[in-house]
Amino acid sequence: MIINSSSVQIRKIKENTVQAILFGCAIFSVFVTAGIIGVLSFETFEFFREVSIIEFFTDTQWTPLFTQKHFGIAPLLCGTFLTSAIALIVAAPLGILTSVYLSEYASPRVRRVIKPILEILAGVPTVIYGYFALLFVTPLLQKVLPDLPGFNALSPGIVMGIMILPIISSLSEDAMYAVPQSLRNAAYALGSSKLQVSFKVVIPSAFSGITASFILAISRAIGETMLVAIAAGQMPNLTLNPMESVMTMTTFIVQVSLGDTQTGTIEYKTIFAVGTMLFLLTFGLNIIGHKLRKRFREVYA
Amino acid sequence: MSQNLNAGDVCLKVEKFNAWYDQFHALKDINMDIRKNKVTAMIGPSGCGKSTLIRCFNRMNDFIPTFRQTGKILFEGNDLSDRFIDPVEVRIKVGMVFQKQNPFPKSIADNVTYGPKIMGVRQKSRLDAIVEESLRNAALWDEVKDKLKSSALSLSGGQQQRLCIARALAMQPDVLLLDEPCSALDPIATSKIEELIIQLKEKYTILIVTHNMQQAARVSDHTAYLYLGELIEYDETTKIFTAPAQKATEDYITGRMG
Ligand SMILES: Nc1ncnc2c1ncn2[C@@H]1O[C@H](COP(=O)(O)OP(=O)(O)OP(=O)(O)O)[C@@H](O)[C@H]1O
Ligand SMILES: [Mg+2]
Repeated sequence: MIINSSSVQIRKIKENTVQAILFGCAIFSVFVTAGIIGVLSFETFEFFREVSIIEFFTDTQWTPLFTQKHFGIAPLLCGTFLTSAIALIVAAPLGILTSVYLSEYASPRVRRVIKPILEILAGVPTVIYGYFALLFVTPLLQKVLPDLPGFNALSPGIVMGIMILPIISSLSEDAMYAVPQSLRNAAYALGSSKLQVSFKVVIPSAFSGITASFILAISRAIGETMLVAIAAGQMPNLTLNPMESVMTMTTFIVQVSLGDTQTGTIEYKTIFAVGTMLFLLTFGLNIIGHKLRKRFREVYA
Repeated sequence: MSQNLNAGDVCLKVEKFNAWYDQFHALKDINMDIRKNKVTAMIGPSGCGKSTLIRCFNRMNDFIPTFRQTGKILFEGNDLSDRFIDPVEVRIKVGMVFQKQNPFPKSIADNVTYGPKIMGVRQKSRLDAIVEESLRNAALWDEVKDKLKSSALSLSGGQQQRLCIARALAMQPDVLLLDEPCSALDPIATSKIEELIIQLKEKYTILIVTHNMQQAARVSDHTAYLYLGELIEYDETTKIFTAPAQKATEDYITGRMG
């Protein structure tokens, strides 16, 4: 073997440089994330020096921009929960049926056509969904429900369901497709019809993967901003009635961020407190979702 | 080819049976009578068509788009390969256990009751009885009776395979197809399953594919030797293993064939 020591040297330097650059990139994003969390925590801490944590979680009114200030996050949580729940009610059954179709029934050709179309749905800018909800779905719903106000939880909830449908159907389909063929064979050999195989074997076997898709979709719904800001209204409202106007956590943050709130004021700090809530919620859900997905993969490893 | 098997009821009658994957002729003019309440072993080198043939008895080849067949497989007077016969009906009567154990990721009990439940059995006491009876028949009851609710995936490979047998037995099929049921198991688990097969033939007609000559000799009454899609010899197991009529058979079972 011929060893040319200088070329080995050069290659080593090159490799080390590349490694250093790549490491720098990785560290950079870690720092940015840490920075964001740092600022969030700091301002949230400042907020809770002025507002008691008990009031934050127990007060039933949210009026930080009024002179008579109340800092109860419940109405915002409620609004967020309501729109996300409606979205899940719409998207979960549709998403499961879509993924059963794609994974069990569709021919490879049909799957190749439909999957990208669904993924395009996921790429539509959410502001478009917002106007779609406000200007198309709400008027449509008002034909059936004449009492429905222009801003309400129902319409953006439904449209949000359409928006998160691709997340559910795509992740669930992955989960169903990953169910080993041997389990389907076992079920067929026991005299199952295709429908029974799909619903009694494939869906239960993919259960944790499907649950993960729901959780990740909810997490997306909770963080969704434009859609609800446009179509759900700007009224913090402690209600679970989908026919009423509600304000979500994200809508509130938009409202304050767009206003002329002074840095350092309590109004300013509220958006960090709400932001932290939002972050903890979606972060927690994402962790659970990814854990479930991982566990699902391990079962069939 | 000698077919002078001891007289007895014929369970499955294969007549002029041919099968293809696309252009590939996988089974060539197979004729054989499979006797009721006997264990019939199918042996032959890898790729000779054993699995293809055994899958014809419960229509599992239907899922392979390139698969085609001609000829007949008569079962209770019906031609199983007739396309007007509902494959689901066939599979209810002809159970199958696969090479690699494939329990559902459900509880042990739910694995056993899967079949009866889709057949519409709902009564709890009836299902409990099926669980116990099937697991006893599969020689697994004593090992799992205290953990029927735990996941089937927590069992060992050999236990899982016996669970798969129990799951097939719970359907009370007439015929049980076993495609290399012990190939993933250790010798102890294998001998348990062999004992089981010998017991089960009192109630079932059993077809077993195996690469293990000793296994074929130990458990089967009749043995079929396939080679390149042809049925070379089919006879009493003792005859095949002591005085085969064909040179090819002898070469294969004595390991002289590459
Ligand atoms: N799905 C399929 N598509 C095309 N050809 C196939 C298919 N399945 C099997 N074959 C071919 O048919 C022949 C018989 O296959 P088969 O699986 O029945 O063999 P086997 O005797 O069971 O072998 P082994 O002992 O390895 O399991 C082989 O040549 C195989 O390549
Ligand atoms: Mg095989």
